[in-house]
Amino acid sequence: MENLAQLVNADERLVWKGRFIDTSFMVEVGETAYLIKVTEGRIASVTRGPFVMPSWSFALRASREEWEQFWLPVPPPGSNDLFALIKRRALKVEGNLHPFMANLFYFKGVMAALRTGGNK
Amino acid sequence: MKSYFEPIVGRYLHLELLGKPHRLYVEEAGQGIPLLCLHTAGSDTRQYRALLNDPEILKRFRVIAFDLPWHGKSSPPAGWQNADYRLTSRDYTDIIMGVVDAMALDSPVAMGCSIGGRIVLQLALEHPERFRAIIGLQSGAHVDPYYDVTWLHRPDVHGEVSAAVVSGLVGPLSPEAERWETLWHYMQGGPGIFKGDLYFYKQDGDIRGRVAEIDTSRCPLYLLTGEYDYSCTPEDTMDLVSRIKGADATIMKGLGHFPMSEDPETFLRYLRPVLDNILASGAAGQKAN
Repeated sequence: MENLAQLVNADERLVWKGRFIDTSFMVEVGETAYLIKVTEGRIASVTRGPFVMPSWSFALRASREEWEQFWLPVPPPGSNDLFALIKRRALKVEGNLHPFMANLFYFKGVMAALRTGGNK
Repeated sequence: MKSYFEPIVGRYLHLELLGKPHRLYVEEAGQGIPLLCLHTAGSDTRQYRALLNDPEILKRFRVIAFDLPWHGKSSPPAGWQNADYRLTSRDYTDIIMGVVDAMALDSPVAMGCSIGGRIVLQLALEHPERFRAIIGLQSGAHVDPYYDVTWLHRPDVHGEVSAAVVSGLVGPLSPEAERWETLWHYMQGGPGIFKGDLYFYKQDGDIRGRVAEIDTSRCPLYLLTGEYDYSCTPEDTMDLVSRIKGADATIMKGLGHFPMSEDPETFLRYLRPVLDNILASGAAGQKAN
């Protein structure tokens, strides 16, 4: 997760897809929370919790094991997409979902950016 | 590159469906046993472009695909602007049988994917005598809703969201060009049409209670399902097999929810033996014409 800004910001097409987004969202990898600030499609900062009063539009929460499967170069069936995790109730998406759904290709791309090789 | 035309011929069929005049776009190629192909929710006949171009299949089958009303190049019925589009089992069945009748198709094979894979089960139940065989791609009797479909049609979310929602249903190893062509079709869907199709897929078309009545001795049933499909999962298809005596199922390695479109080459390797089987059954006279 520490490499997220570098990976996303180096992907010009992904940044372009997110050019209208200015928001912060929360990602929980098991017990560890990350607050991710997006400015015009670029990841401005990734801050690791714990937090006292975090402010965010939406949160993506899954266990570490689930994210690790998701981030495999070729994930197994059921782990290859955020919606595959949602279908199995392994990922919770909460909060104001408008920025997430209105820019779904972008946020799927951001979370898949941590995948080493394989399908982004 | 050298320019060339594909063998596909596209025409507009005028017919009455659901009590209203309709203009449907129909593509076909090849000659032989009619093979009627039904596209997925929110997409159109372009999903079958590889099948409609396969020289071996076209020697033995007349491959036909039509865009459902509101989809692809088919028109919505006049007055569409005054109502929400919502597909029901009854209407979907009537549309397919209307096309079969209008084109005077004699004992066709029906093959459908996703919503098409569901409705062919309904055809096997209600009209087994009209079809030589049924092929269900990504067939399940029911799907548990797992996202709020209202996101698919609202003025503050671009319709591109339909493609973004289904993007993960393409298998992770599918070729890039085919993956993005498949998603492009979703990006081109009319506003609210994918959502309207999902009414059938997620609510009205639940036939869990009836699938056991399918009689495969009257109409053989073949099921092909991609292992990466988390909408209609391999488990959903195997559940059908456990309920329908004589149903034949294969789980397709590496493929997702759009096998014929996302990775045609791999898909055709699974489809060819099924088509061979159907031809062999016909030759043995197992299905009276």
